[in-house]
Amino acid sequence: MATPIPAPAADAWAAPVPRRAPRPVIALDRVRKVYGQGEAEVRALDGVGLTIKRGEFVAIVGASGSGKSTMMNIIGCLDAPTSGRYFMDGIETGELDEFQLAQIRNRKIGFVFQSFNLIPRTRAVENVAMPLAYRKVPRRERHQRALEALDAVGLSARAGHLPSQLSGGQQQRVAIARALVTEPVLLLADEPTGALDTHSSEEILDLFESLHARGRTIVMITHEADVAARAERVVRMQDGNIISDTGAVR
Amino acid sequence: MIAESVRFALSGISANKMRSILTTLGIVIGISAVITLLAVGAGTSNMIKDQIGKLGTNVLTVNRALATGGRTTGGSATGTRTQSTNLTLADQQSLDDPVLAPDIATTAPVVQAQAITATLGTSTHSITSTLGTTPAYFGITNFTPTAGRLLNDADAGQAVVVLGNSVAVDLAANVSTLVGQTVSLNGQNFTVAGVLAPKGTSGLNDPDDVAMVPYTTAQDKFTGYSPSLSSIQVQAKSADVMTQAQNEIQQILDARHQVTSANRDYQVRNQAQVLSTATTTTQTLTILLSAVAGISLLVGGIGVMNIMLVTVTERTREIGIRKAIGATRGNIVLQFLVESLIISILGGIVGILIGFGASSFEIAGIKPEVQWWTVWLSVLVSAGIGLVFGIYPANKAAKLRPIDALRYE
Repeated sequence: MATPIPAPAADAWAAPVPRRAPRPVIALDRVRKVYGQGEAEVRALDGVGLTIKRGEFVAIVGASGSGKSTMMNIIGCLDAPTSGRYFMDGIETGELDEFQLAQIRNRKIGFVFQSFNLIPRTRAVENVAMPLAYRKVPRRERHQRALEALDAVGLSARAGHLPSQLSGGQQQRVAIARALVTEPVLLLADEPTGALDTHSSEEILDLFESLHARGRTIVMITHEADVAARAERVVRMQDGNIISDTGAVR
Repeated sequence: MIAESVRFALSGISANKMRSILTTLGIVIGISAVITLLAVGAGTSNMIKDQIGKLGTNVLTVNRALATGGRTTGGSATGTRTQSTNLTLADQQSLDDPVLAPDIATTAPVVQAQAITATLGTSTHSITSTLGTTPAYFGITNFTPTAGRLLNDADAGQAVVVLGNSVAVDLAANVSTLVGQTVSLNGQNFTVAGVLAPKGTSGLNDPDDVAMVPYTTAQDKFTGYSPSLSSIQVQAKSADVMTQAQNEIQQILDARHQVTSANRDYQVRNQAQVLSTATTTTQTLTILLSAVAGISLLVGGIGVMNIMLVTVTERTREIGIRKAIGATRGNIVLQFLVESLIISILGGIVGILIGFGASSFEIAGIKPEVQWWTVWLSVLVSAGIGLVFGIYPANKAAKLRPIDALRYE
């Protein structure tokens, strides 16, 4: 379960050596997800294949019922596919047990939800530090890294506030800080602007863009076309299938 | 991770202060009731042990039987008796027999004078029990003087009296000033030889409300020369030979009175036995009361479980968030288990303190004594309650699937 260390910057100056292409962050191979049985059978995902490389900013769009939420659950290792294989940063998730999946979620994925999902009655900085607590980072270091993460989303002044004392946009930024504090390989956002006004939405999307510019891999689930337009790659879903994909830019 | 779980659990507990306090109260009541009742039980049994010690653990009392009409035939070394007397000075002396009664240390005759009032100047005191006896009596019954002296053999026939503490306190503020003074008992003058140290009350009767005069003086002044004794006090050689001593008394007296165990005109009582019966009764009562307290503890535990189930339901979404950001099943179980442990151990500690507080008061004339093993037991039991009644809700929380938990409103 050792987290592969991303190639150090110094490598860029090294002489080019023939190497395999860097492994994709997400690789879905004929993934199916079926709910119910017989008459009531619903194919939420019907053999989806998708590869997302490191550094991409992808929007997965589709109407409600298109399977994009199921896609999000599977990509986020919150749910297992009925059949097919899913490689998360090169690790086949189908072979992992619950404990290992929890560790994958903790180490490799940062979640941003539509309804922020901060823990109530817990200060912003403690919310941000929480994923680190689950990987046994010492308390002092946790606090330090949480403050840095809050600083990165421009909220260091609100570190001591409770979620209830923050606006929606601020809460979402705290949630993004929490997602980033573990330095995950993937930032997975589920309708991140769904509960925000236009102004706050713009702020969040600007933040995503700047994170993307700094090399983060971001997957954003949304049903709003103008939000999806901010991404560099748009994957459109319908009835459990991908119907269009603007494709990888790089 | 434990420290982290404690921190999470504390924030969970403080989020619903009133609810946590009420839940804790169930455990508090149970634990404090158990501690207090066991302390009262221990206090009672200590009091009984004390009384046994005061009475002397090796004292037997020979009394006249209550329902016999007396004997008309006699026949003994001292001669023939035709009166309906059944305990005599000769009976008492016959028990001082190192051959026939090797387990008896000493004996003392007791005659009891009725309705004696002591007067000193303007102070009067109606004495509950005025005894005529011999110097051996004081050794048998563990009476010691606080002022003056006890009776001795030279006092026989003299008008001297030893006053019990309750009597002396009533007659003079400073009991030591009484020694050498003349008090009047039913109008007859007695010189106070000494005042006895208090034994303290033992239930219904006050053992200090007594006065002792020499046996012969009592006959002379109060009871007349009837050969009949009220009782004979017998001291066995040790507490271990009580049964043998009792058998020897019965053999000697049966022969002298020409009776058998079927028609005995006297009875031998062992005070320690009476009290040990009382101890058994107290213990039974203590166990019963503690069982009731234990049931209240169980109810408290169910209360903890109930609240934990509510908490898990209430915080389903939080559980989902925690799982999404990487909490494992173990993390979630630990968090909720620690929460129920904190509630019940906190209740246990407060219960112990209240138990101590309640036990510092005298309850129904008994000084409760908290026993340390009940404290450790309480800590263990309350921790056990937290574990047993917390494990199910904690597991329920940990088993929630993150997507279901996140969707929960």
